[in-house]
Amino acid sequence: MALPKRIIKETERLMAEPVPGISAVPHEDNLRYFDVSIHGPSQSPYEGGIFKLELFLPEDYPMTPPKIRFLTKIYHPNIDKLGRICLDVLKSNWSPALQIRTILLSIQALLGAPNPDDPLANDVAQRWKEDQEAAIQTAREWTKTHAMT
Amino acid sequence: MDSEDEFMSEPPSGDEIDFDEGTQDSDIGSLSGDFDHDHDNGFGYEKDILANPQKPYEVDYRILSPKDIHSHQERQFNEVSSIIELPPEQAAILLRYMRWNKEKLIESYMDNPEQVLEAAGLGPTLAASPKTKTVKGFTCEICYEDDPTMQTYAMKCGHRYCVGCYSHYLTQKVKEEGEAARIECPFDGCHRIVDSKSLKLLVDPSIQDRYEVLLTRTYVDDKDNLKWCPAPECEYAVECAVKKRDLNHIVPTVRCAYDHSFCFGCSLSDHRPAPCSLVKQWLKKCEDDSETSNWISANTKECPKCRSTIEKNGGCNHMTCRKCKHEFCWMCMGPWSEHGTSWYNCNRFEEKSGADARDAQARSRHSLERYLHYYNRYANHEQSAKLDKDLWIKTEKKMTSLQTQSNMSWIEVQFLDTASKALQACRQTLKWTYAFAFYLQRNNMTEIFEDNQKDLEMAVENLSQMFEKPVNELGSLKVEILDKTTYCNRRREILLSDTAENLKKGTGCTSLV
Ligand SMILES: [Zn+2]
Ligand SMILES: [Zn+2]
Ligand SMILES: [Zn+2]
Ligand SMILES: [Zn+2]
Ligand SMILES: [Zn+2]
Repeated sequence: MALPKRIIKETERLMAEPVPGISAVPHEDNLRYFDVSIHGPSQSPYEGGIFKLELFLPEDYPMTPPKIRFLTKIYHPNIDKLGRICLDVLKSNWSPALQIRTILLSIQALLGAPNPDDPLANDVAQRWKEDQEAAIQTAREWTKTHAMT
Repeated sequence: MDSEDEFMSEPPSGDEIDFDEGTQDSDIGSLSGDFDHDHDNGFGYEKDILANPQKPYEVDYRILSPKDIHSHQERQFNEVSSIIELPPEQAAILLRYMRWNKEKLIESYMDNPEQVLEAAGLGPTLAASPKTKTVKGFTCEICYEDDPTMQTYAMKCGHRYCVGCYSHYLTQKVKEEGEAARIECPFDGCHRIVDSKSLKLLVDPSIQDRYEVLLTRTYVDDKDNLKWCPAPECEYAVECAVKKRDLNHIVPTVRCAYDHSFCFGCSLSDHRPAPCSLVKQWLKKCEDDSETSNWISANTKECPKCRSTIEKNGGCNHMTCRKCKHEFCWMCMGPWSEHGTSWYNCNRFEEKSGADARDAQARSRHSLERYLHYYNRYANHEQSAKLDKDLWIKTEKKMTSLQTQSNMSWIEVQFLDTASKALQACRQTLKWTYAFAFYLQRNNMTEIFEDNQKDLEMAVENLSQMFEKPVNELGSLKVEILDKTTYCNRRREILLSDTAENLKKGTGCTSLV
């Protein structure tokens, strides 16, 4: 099936004007599938790490949001052990006027501001609330082990 | 078939154990467990309970038919319409926009009518019928098409998209997401509600119809004291005054006019005696741990003595291995000789072994064993309920075909239907007692609870065992089966009453381990 104009244009723009700290490259054999990497924001426990994600634009995109998942292990209250992300704009607050670019920026922002009150990984969220310092320390260690190689 | 289904509903294949030839023939498809329509049953024992709704485990509620729901809405439209002096159709839009909060609507309308009308998509521009148009040099921000002959549309907020995208967006919202009264403009961050005139201009008639249906549904969706019956295609709703904050002390089980029983608090099927929050927690745990428990369960379904594979045909847990004649309990795999006596205690998990556990590994093993103890019993009653039911369906068929030979009429064999229903209800309760017990903190309440559980379980296994007798013997067991049915129902009532009373008092039962 021919690729919709929207996806072609969006991809072109992602290549021509990349967002600082974020890259998204489509697979040559499947232009709906992107290899994504996001740099951990500075001042966050993910600083210095490079996190790999996979992103897929479903048939109905942009009426339905892109499917996106962390491939790099990460210790974060809104990201579970399968790498799934709890983020409103990926679910109920998705608008077809949003783009891959805006979604990736939201994910980067989520790394900078974890929200343990809307958890996906319950155990992590609980620890985050009970002993934030220790949780942040673990997040730092995981970043070192998994996202800095 | 996905693996979880397989585990919950079907025993592993192999046929070493066999209860009687009567259960071997015709494969009757399984019925969906919780929501069967049993219109022609006048024997359901729960009817008696409803006639006396003052048991500790019951709540007051009212059933609303589609007609009731319709007339309730009409009444409110007219009432609001006469107060704010707008036609009832507009009052309807405002009420839905305000989530049926009549007081708030009237108050804010009196305060600032223009603002309210505007926000609900009833602004002055709406007087003229909305139109689509072409715009020179326009690029649609959704599809990036820029064909100058393309029709476009924008509401008063000015966020303009091509008609194709707008329509696709609205269709998606209505059809896939079931939204109606509060669909917002496609622009990210714009909260303008898409009004019905705009919607009708842009989508197909079938979507318009669906939109109308969904609008009606908001009446129930938006009210805390109303809930739809969750059974597929059921159009009844239930009104109940139990509040969210009461849910730790009450399990509000209700029933629609079609006899679909469900929990008003969480819309799941009847999960008494366990409170909603505990059910949610338990189901989550089962989901998280499904791999481990699947593995264990799959590996324990063999005769504990000769190791031959076991297939369970009926719901009864008293097993006799066809090969070595060993009699044992399907739940704990212990010898049956230890059951059915005064010291039947296969429902209780032996906590002692855990207290001695010194190292972390032993502790984690103990916690897994503890979970599996309860999980296996929970899953087992769920499966047994289904097997009991399948057995009854087969028996009923056979009885119908045997009618000419047997000297009992169809009416006369209905005691088996009553027994089957009692088994279903009791196993449903037993199933949840195990989830409940998993979270129960050990104190003197626990002992009473476990005794009740044990008594009910024994009663159920006794009845279930009779139920599996060859069809030609069932007739002569009628009185005994009726007695046992009454006894089962009685035990269930006692268990539910005791637990409900303790929950109300908050004595120990909700404290989590
Ligand atoms: Zn468009
Ligand atoms: Zn708008
Ligand atoms: Zn119903
Ligand atoms: Zn519930
Ligand atoms: Zn046992």
